[in-house]
Amino acid sequence: MVNNNSLWHEFKKGLWQDIPPFRLVLGTCPTLAVTNSVINGIAMGLATLFVLLCANITVSAIRKIVPGQVRIAAYVVLIALYVTVADMFLAAMFPPISKALGPYVPLIVVNCIILARAEGFAQKNPIMPSIMDALGIGIGFTLSLAVMGFIREIFGFGSILDIKIMGNWFEPWIVMILPAGAFFVFGFLVALVNYILRRKTETVCH
Amino acid sequence: MKLILIFISASLINNFVLTYFLGICPFLGVSNKTENALNMGLATTFVMTLTAAVTWPIYTYILVKFNVPFLSYVAFIIAIAALVQFVEMYIRKSSPTIYRAMGIYLPLITTNCAVLGLALFMVLREYNYIESIIFGFATGVGFTIAMLMMSGIREELEFADVPEVFQGVSITLIIAGMMALAFMGFAGLIRG
Repeated sequence: MVNNNSLWHEFKKGLWQDIPPFRLVLGTCPTLAVTNSVINGIAMGLATLFVLLCANITVSAIRKIVPGQVRIAAYVVLIALYVTVADMFLAAMFPPISKALGPYVPLIVVNCIILARAEGFAQKNPIMPSIMDALGIGIGFTLSLAVMGFIREIFGFGSILDIKIMGNWFEPWIVMILPAGAFFVFGFLVALVNYILRRKTETVCH
Repeated sequence: MKLILIFISASLINNFVLTYFLGICPFLGVSNKTENALNMGLATTFVMTLTAAVTWPIYTYILVKFNVPFLSYVAFIIAIAALVQFVEMYIRKSSPTIYRAMGIYLPLITTNCAVLGLALFMVLREYNYIESIIFGFATGVGFTIAMLMMSGIREELEFADVPEVFQGVSITLIIAGMMALAFMGFAGLIRG
């Protein structure tokens, strides 16, 4: 029934066409909050990817058992369980990262991306496409956070992954690591993605 | 005195929307008209105050007492969802006028990360019961202030000539950045 081609399509759409923060504008809170460095962004992205993958698999597996009226509540409880697992794993294995991310790891519970994928995709599709969907969206989300973190770290600290790459002449732009910088970078990236997509559709049309 | 400090800190200096990036979804989604923004803000303030009042006893008297604080995320999200459901049912019965104004926003509040964030910060900072309720109320007030300001700016923005690629989400985020810069001016109000 499901051929490889459509599985590849489910995976690919999360990487560009539906890339979560920029195209769907979902999951904005972590996108803005934890991206003051590349490593924080990647850690947050991977934690979200894990929760998304587990949630999509479970929701897809139980989609015929759960009654329609209570499905949202059931999904939220499932997601909260997986987030607890991710949070405890981070706290045990990578204490500094867990500390830097702080309350934003538990806040994955209310990250709209996960509920949106469970509600919009996994509950209507079998397990394999749901896995591909979760991987695509999750990796797209991780990449977006890494890009945001890259821009903010290079201008805010003059470094990448804590390695100094700018010379002494470089005066760090403090605004980039402040909350305001997060809003600016995000706003300009959304505009950039809009611009690229518009040019592409125009060339297709003419 | 400490209560006043908590109030000013949570509503202005550490505004949830502009410094912790919590509640961005409604901040971007429902802020196109002042009236909607005000109603959403009031509904959220109401739910936040109740959330603080309900989750504090749950955490202190159930989770800590039975030594299962790792269940707090699950417990908090269930408590918030149930609370919002009850508030909706109560308002629908008691006051149809308020229900018409606030009703459609209530389900949205369950997935508003500011409400869960409130419960998490409350636990993290070890507030007592009165402080928690003040904190919840002040956070709601801060959210309402941010929503109102943003909706006022966006109503004016409709008459402005924004470049096509910046329209919509993009320009809203850049404005939010400027508001965050402006709110940094409050930072000197309280020391420590």
